[in-house]
Amino acid sequence: MKEFALIFRLKNITDFKPSPEQMQERMNWLAGIASQNKLVDKGNTLLPIPGSAKTVKPNNVVTDGPYTEIKEFISGYVIVKAETIDEAVEIAKANPIFDQVGGNIEVREVLKRD
Amino acid sequence: MDETKSHNELLPHLFRQEYAKMTAVLCRHFGLKHIEIAEDIASETFLKASENWAINGIPENPTAWLYAVAKNKTKDYFKHISVFETQIKEAIKPNEIETEKDFEFSSQNISDSQLAIIFAVCNPSNSTESQICLALQILCGFSVEEIANAFLTKPETIKKRLQRARTNLRNDNFKIKTLGETEIKSRLNTVLKTLYLLFNEGYFSKTNHQLIRKELCSEAVRLTLILTENNYTNIPQTNALLSLMCFQSSRLEARTNDKGEAILFDEQDKSLWDKTLIEKGNYYLVNACNGIEISKYHLEAGIAYWHTTPTDQNKWQHILQLYNQLVLIEYSPITALNRTFAFAKVYGHNQAVSEAEKLKLTGNNYYHELLGYLYADTDIDKAISHYEQAIGLIKSKTEKQTLTKEIERLKEKNSR
Repeated sequence: MKEFALIFRLKNITDFKPSPEQMQERMNWLAGIASQNKLVDKGNTLLPIPGSAKTVKPNNVVTDGPYTEIKEFISGYVIVKAETIDEAVEIAKANPIFDQVGGNIEVREVLKRD
Repeated sequence: MDETKSHNELLPHLFRQEYAKMTAVLCRHFGLKHIEIAEDIASETFLKASENWAINGIPENPTAWLYAVAKNKTKDYFKHISVFETQIKEAIKPNEIETEKDFEFSSQNISDSQLAIIFAVCNPSNSTESQICLALQILCGFSVEEIANAFLTKPETIKKRLQRARTNLRNDNFKIKTLGETEIKSRLNTVLKTLYLLFNEGYFSKTNHQLIRKELCSEAVRLTLILTENNYTNIPQTNALLSLMCFQSSRLEARTNDKGEAILFDEQDKSLWDKTLIEKGNYYLVNACNGIEISKYHLEAGIAYWHTTPTDQNKWQHILQLYNQLVLIEYSPITALNRTFAFAKVYGHNQAVSEAEKLKLTGNNYYHELLGYLYADTDIDKAISHYEQAIGLIKSKTEKQTLTKEIERLKEKNSR
């Protein structure tokens, strides 16, 4: 089994706060992965709001949040295990994010540091 | 004739109740290393009772009688030891056996000793299976045959398992007397887990022996109750576990018929549910909410709580939420399957089928039972095929019969 990080991106910061129904659907999706015993780490949410997000650049340049320059921002991640990347992609496809808001999920194999 | 009958009925009951307590108190005085001495004295006491009571009838206060005999036997033993010591002193190391003769079977002493021995028995150096066997034997006074019955194994296997476990305990050199706050805290999780498994062993037992199932459950409740009476062990998790046990026990009478066959939740006679136990479950669940940590016992108690409220409209929605959280804390095939069942109740059988098939637990009879149930309304052939696969995996006769009946019902429906 390989491990894959599913990285969530949202387009609009107003979509960041999910409704109770959306929360429920996301929870169902996550618990569905856990029920297949394929969840390695339920991950965390990365706060994109002012005061919780800054970007550090060369020459001590610090800007607020990632959202001022790029159209999408990372909102969180989970780590799953799967035989192949295609299987991990299938897991990602079932995420309700696509029905609800215009986001995307990046699937990346995890190479563990020894 | 009547006399003999009542004496035969009373004795096993008393034996269960008092044997474990007696052994626990005695163990404290002899040290766990010499648990055999404690058990011998307790056994001899009950042997004497069965002989004496058969002739003279049951004394007015049987429990007091038992403790008086046990006390005398212990004194005799210490007398014997002191003679022994003067003769072959070097054979026994000093301080190995506490030779204080003043001890009482007071209620405080009994519950303290029982608590100490619970912690001694739930020793992580033994496998969980062995811990349950030991708990059944030492804490609950079950015979090897009864344990073998509960596990559906041969008495020989259990005997060997117990021997190994006892050797481990002895080698681990665990001293009951030194049980302090740190030991209690570090071992409490193991203790709770053992009691949880002990309860489940009774509740979901492989045996059809009703009496054994009920006794396993009530023993687990009794031991968990002891934990709630001590300040160190009376933590939210303990209360959550006890709450779970109360809720589950409330349905014990309703979940099997007189032939020992399981009755599905929806078909249970709800008037048989024990309301006092449900109230107790509520009480301990409230107590369990004192902390910030949500353990799996909290979640399972929450699920069991919703099951006691058959009329609530959002019941399955709540149950699904709790199962979602539970499976995130700890994966187990049975949690995954139960979660999918709750999912079916909320989102319908069709949507649940694809959710269920993802689980791929093809070697598990409950997996096939679930799929059989989910397909029953839409694809009878598939439903029957899954039920048949389940029957191939099941050992229990009554469970096979229940499913065979279901298949016949579906076939009839199909031919109509």
